[in-house]
Amino acid sequence: MADFSLPKNSKVQPGKTWSAPVGAKRIKRIEVYRYDPESGENPRLDVFQIDLDRCAPMVLDALLLIKNEIDPTLAFRRSCREGVCGSCSMNIDGHNTLACTKAMDDCDEVIRIYPLPHLSVVKDLVPDMTHFYAQYAAIKPWIVTQTPPPADRERLQSKEERSKLDGLVECILCASCSTSCPSYWWNGDRYLGPAVLLQSYRWIVDSRDETTGERLDELEDPFKLYRCHTIMNCTDTCPKGLNPAKAIAEIKKLLVERQK
Amino acid sequence: MNKRPLSPHLQIYRLPLTAWLSITHRITGVFLSLGMIVLVIFLLAVAQGVESFSLVHGFLVSIVGRIFLWSWVYALIFHLCHGFRHLVWDTGHGFDREGFTRLAAYEIIASLILLTLIFLLATFKPWL
Repeated sequence: MADFSLPKNSKVQPGKTWSAPVGAKRIKRIEVYRYDPESGENPRLDVFQIDLDRCAPMVLDALLLIKNEIDPTLAFRRSCREGVCGSCSMNIDGHNTLACTKAMDDCDEVIRIYPLPHLSVVKDLVPDMTHFYAQYAAIKPWIVTQTPPPADRERLQSKEERSKLDGLVECILCASCSTSCPSYWWNGDRYLGPAVLLQSYRWIVDSRDETTGERLDELEDPFKLYRCHTIMNCTDTCPKGLNPAKAIAEIKKLLVERQK
Repeated sequence: MNKRPLSPHLQIYRLPLTAWLSITHRITGVFLSLGMIVLVIFLLAVAQGVESFSLVHGFLVSIVGRIFLWSWVYALIFHLCHGFRHLVWDTGHGFDREGFTRLAAYEIIASLILLTLIFLLATFKPWL
């Protein structure tokens, strides 16, 4: 049964306030979810007032400014800072997105930053992604073949066959979609979630893969696939502009069509 | 080690319109099931005779009864409209990122138009 409220140890308390530096003209208020595993205390919401004139435009830039100049204990994941690695996915202004591609100009008056929803928190904005990655591994995200490869070349694809993978291979597995999905919140232990299902579809429609039937067999399950109720949070939130809801619908269609 | 906290979800997530319609679809479904029970009670009362019928009828034409009946009518219409959208989704259409919020708005408008039509029919009774 879905638990709509947070457990006692997860309730967010008011936190510290870090005032703007003296002489700052353009001040932005940023509230950040903090959790310190060492302290044993509940998570809290810290307030940082930063000087926009000293900060580059993206939310990730603000987090780096905070870490470099205000509070070095702030923990978050980041790497490429240009929307290709998927590390800095987090909940900004109530939507899951990448901090590196989200401009502060597009945010609310007060920017509120939380870790990806409904995951266990390791520290601050760093959630535990173990289960998500295990689910990804479970769908065998690689080409599985039975026939031997051609002796003199790679397994080739036509342009039409390759074009079926457009809108799927761009997924960077940032988990924004999966952790935006209420079905995944309540049934994430058994429901694969939009990101993993989009990946699954990517291998199902790959012309070089020879286990399409087995892949569909694996998904024909009331929980793994059919917990999708077309809520559309996934497509709404995807920072790469992809459409996991449509990929899931295509899998459902394939399952029906093969019964003919 | 302390037990790790669960990150906030419903408390902080800004649900898009489609998500609100999805949860409303479920709530109206449950509400309709309750309405079925009332319908059965009504039919039983009809079968039992004048006394029990007038008792149930008296409740249904009271203010509370009317609110319940109209809520039930709207729940039915909404559930129907959203169900229609599910049929469209099952064909693989209606997923465009640019358009799905607009489609959700159309669904609400359609359900309100249908409700108005039924209200007008029930008020003016053109068949009489």
